[in-house]
Amino acid sequence: MRITNITSQQQYLKTEHQKRIRIHFYQLILFIFLLSFWEIASSLNIINPFIFSSPSRIIDCFFTMILDKSLFLHLGVTLSETLISFLLVNIISLLFAVLLWWNDTISKVLEPYLVILNSLPKSALAPLLIVWLGNNMKTIIIAAISVAVFGSILNLYTGFCSVDPDKLKLIQTLKGNRFDSLRLVVLPSSIPLFISIMKVNIGLSLVGVIIGEFLAARSGLGYLILYGSQVFSCVYKMTD
Amino acid sequence: MQNALKLSNVSYTYYSSNGETKALDLLSFSVKKGEFVAIVGPSGCGKSTLLNLITGLIRPTTGQILLDNKPLHEFYEPIGYMLQKDQLLEWRTIYRNLTLGLEIQHRVTKENLDRIDRLLKSYHLYDFRNSYPRQLSGGMRQRAALIRTLALSPQILLLDEPFSALDYQTRLNVSDDIGTIIKEQQITAILVTHDLSEAISMADRIIVLSNRPAKIQKIVPIHLTTDGEKTPASARNAKEFPDYFNLIWKEINDANH
Repeated sequence: MRITNITSQQQYLKTEHQKRIRIHFYQLILFIFLLSFWEIASSLNIINPFIFSSPSRIIDCFFTMILDKSLFLHLGVTLSETLISFLLVNIISLLFAVLLWWNDTISKVLEPYLVILNSLPKSALAPLLIVWLGNNMKTIIIAAISVAVFGSILNLYTGFCSVDPDKLKLIQTLKGNRFDSLRLVVLPSSIPLFISIMKVNIGLSLVGVIIGEFLAARSGLGYLILYGSQVFSCVYKMTD
Repeated sequence: MQNALKLSNVSYTYYSSNGETKALDLLSFSVKKGEFVAIVGPSGCGKSTLLNLITGLIRPTTGQILLDNKPLHEFYEPIGYMLQKDQLLEWRTIYRNLTLGLEIQHRVTKENLDRIDRLLKSYHLYDFRNSYPRQLSGGMRQRAALIRTLALSPQILLLDEPFSALDYQTRLNVSDDIGTIIKEQQITAILVTHDLSEAISMADRIIVLSNRPAKIQKIVPIHLTTDGEKTPASARNAKEFPDYFNLIWKEINDANH
């Protein structure tokens, strides 16, 4: 009886394994199919190769940029700017969310402002930032922060407020103060939320940095994309 | 015997933008040391308000609450409070959940930790001290919640429908367990419940509250003849049990009219 159990378990694992392999296989096939369609369509002039480029030309351009090391420079600049903005966004939004949670009056006063600031089109704001702060890295980082930070504060604050009120009551009945509630219940129970907000923030920080680089940079991927479109080299843009 | 808790003419009124709601109206009663009192009443009559008052989460509009002959707000030690759900923190082990109160009170001493170990051993949770709450059954979780409360050696224990989130069979077992633990530790306890048989089987005295604003409708002392020791399980077999049930049932229905 026991032996049959083990074999049927193994059988189950085997089927699961085969299923996974099949899915990976189809994903690879789809990728190859799309790339070859693009390449063939481009070389047969079905789509305009000047506008759409082609995979082989992109790879070519990619290697040229690796060889003259310009890609690493631009990539490094964008990456460091993104990471700095990402860290700052997380720290700022955590501090603000705690502040809003701590003081009801502050949160009531600030909430409509946060909603408005969050819904402002930040790419439209970026040129203003350059005028205010100058044409430098600081401007780019602040532009990136402004894209991500307001939504992040609002989401985190909403999460803090939706903590089970009975858990807070438990802390109160144990004669804990508001700091105990924050430390023992609110922050630990918001960790999954904070992680998912961080995932969104890294993406938004990158978007913000690229927007910033479009307008105020001499290096970085955003600069490269803009340069590419100005010299009408779509190969450049797509390599990025 | 000495009074553990004494309420005199306690009233409580809620204020909101729609006006005021009187929840409790001149309640007076006392609970003796080591006594187990159950509070029953029609739903929404203000039982939870009463518990919040005794815990000190809210202050009475009028009247006075004395705990151990001292006014409640001069009392800095916590009052044991068991909520409807166990409220164990999922990200802490059972042991770290049990020390929560001591941590908040800055009373993590060797003596208090030994007390937790003793409680864990006597109530069969010692082997689970490093497990997480999700790995425990409903009954075990509720026992852990009780030990968390007892770890602070409270003067008085309030139970706010602590079994209502459990299924029927677990509920009988857990109320038996918890009733026995409370008797063993000789703790003064106040149980708020909807379940009349639970109240009769566990309590020494039952206070029936009227409809909102709650007044005391009737106080019923419970004397059951049981074989051997009185436990919640044996109490359900006592011959007086159905009479008490009918009496209290009638009082609650009268209170509704």
